[in-house]
Amino acid sequence: MVPLSWYVVLSALMFMTGLVGVLIRRNIVVVLLCIEIMLNAVNINFVAFSDYLHLIDGQIFVFFVITVAAAEVAIGLGIIISLFRLKESVNMDDYNLLKL
Amino acid sequence: MQQLPFFYFGGVALLCAVLVIVFRNAIYSAMALLGMFAHVAGLFIVLDAPFLAGVQLLVYAGAILVLYLFVVMLLNVGGRGPALHKQAPAGIFLALLAIGELGYLVFRSHFYPKLPAIPHPDVPTLGNTETIGMVLYTQYLFPFEVASIVLLIALVGAIVMARGRTKFRQE
Repeated sequence: MVPLSWYVVLSALMFMTGLVGVLIRRNIVVVLLCIEIMLNAVNINFVAFSDYLHLIDGQIFVFFVITVAAAEVAIGLGIIISLFRLKESVNMDDYNLLKL
Repeated sequence: MQQLPFFYFGGVALLCAVLVIVFRNAIYSAMALLGMFAHVAGLFIVLDAPFLAGVQLLVYAGAILVLYLFVVMLLNVGGRGPALHKQAPAGIFLALLAIGELGYLVFRSHFYPKLPAIPHPDVPTLGNTETIGMVLYTQYLFPFEVASIVLLIALVGAIVMARGRTKFRQE
């Protein structure tokens, strides 16, 4: 039987991978992909706790997380296309519209 | 031997997650993400959640990833130039800080062994999908409706933002 702590450690490692990607990558599409990694790490935690506590609520929350992830992707890619039209670039360094 | 599926699915999912941020080309990153979604679905099956494994494959691998691939191909973004942006050192510092904090939290936590299921002899046991449906449409009905509104707003917002030059943006 796999102990719960292993799932928590796996989920923490995957979350950290996603966080590092969000903080250091230059391509904004890859940054959005890394957000998906973080959401999936959280989903693993929810399902693991749901299995170990014999409560179905964790799986319901994963359902909502997937819904919000789909909404986030649609909006995020819309913003990326809009930014690309404005700046002709997908690099984080070129986005300085809010800079004084 | 029971731990073998956990190590396979978890290990490959973690490896794919690392490959997503290592590859320079965004298409390769998206493909690595596809492998990660598939292996996370495998972890869900190991954890007795077959319905979520199916939803994970259908929604993430089937819909979200295809959307990413469309945008990557539409924008034609190659792997040219440096992979890291100008402020990456500050980002690495923040990431190390967060890794230290999370590691401290995980190793300070106490985990209890798996609880035995509470037996209900007079209640018939339902399958995973039936249980999720029962709970979703009774206890979580209001969040379910809110989720539909979130999806509607995302639909309208995505169309408005990706549509291009509209009247209010002309100067």
